[in-house]
Amino acid sequence: MPIDRKKFLGYELPAHSMTVDAWRLRFFAKAIGETDPVYSDLAAAKAAGHPNIPLPPTMIFCLEQGRPNAYKLMDDMGVDISRILHGEQHFEYHKPVYAGDTLTFVTKITDIYDKKGGALEFFVRSTRVTNQTGALVAENRGVVVIRNLG
Amino acid sequence: MTAKSQPKAATVKVGDAIAPFTSAPITRTTLALYAGASGDHNPMHIDIDFAKAAGESDVFAHGMLNMAYLSRALLGYAPQSAIRSFGVRFQSIVRVGEHLTCTGKVIELFEVHGERRAKLDLTATTSSGTMALKGEAVVALG
Repeated sequence: MPIDRKKFLGYELPAHSMTVDAWRLRFFAKAIGETDPVYSDLAAAKAAGHPNIPLPPTMIFCLEQGRPNAYKLMDDMGVDISRILHGEQHFEYHKPVYAGDTLTFVTKITDIYDKKGGALEFFVRSTRVTNQTGALVAENRGVVVIRNLG
Repeated sequence: MTAKSQPKAATVKVGDAIAPFTSAPITRTTLALYAGASGDHNPMHIDIDFAKAAGESDVFAHGMLNMAYLSRALLGYAPQSAIRSFGVRFQSIVRVGEHLTCTGKVIELFEVHGERRAKLDLTATTSSGTMALKGEAVVALG
């Protein structure tokens, strides 16, 4: 079933905030096989001139998705999560983020379109990420593809 | 290992290749760990029964795991503080047992607000030869 564009184009998700936890950065570094200790060890991070362990480049997406019940948007839109694929993901970085920072994510659905006569449907979520001082740290833009059954 | 200093504007040229990064083969353990660490618990990546019921032959890697591997190649070229933007298009699914080879090259040099920058074209290819990710990044030059 196509996404209700009237309802969801321009839809803003409730803002959510998250503190960047050092344990989770270590867990992420392990999961992706990161070998640079800067991304898991506070002493190594400080020795490299960082105030704390830095958030690696793609992990800001994980925190964006870290709202309670991350797939509620899909449920609300009537999208079956076994039919979705991540189509694109883009980041613009404005300020570094470290363990201990608290980030606030404001996400909007900024586009909805389809291809192949509706067999593929796409929506774009655009997120502004600010830190505890209110500074813009990153802008994330993701495209989700829904493989509709013919 | 990640780069310790910015590439220098005086020496970077269009066409320069960045050092490739090759991931370890993706295992079910990799996907379980990534699901936990990333918070993406979509069962398509961790539960073969769910994946089969949805018509897939097996679970497959999270796109963002593949992008994290590509970021390792980028971080080998420039420190994170120099990365201004990074984006990808996910081109194909990456299966359990495959590994990714991530490569990149400088495609443009330009200046924004007095800062010299390089645009990189980035690619992640699976061990079976399929292009999994096509990406771009902009890094600040020293």
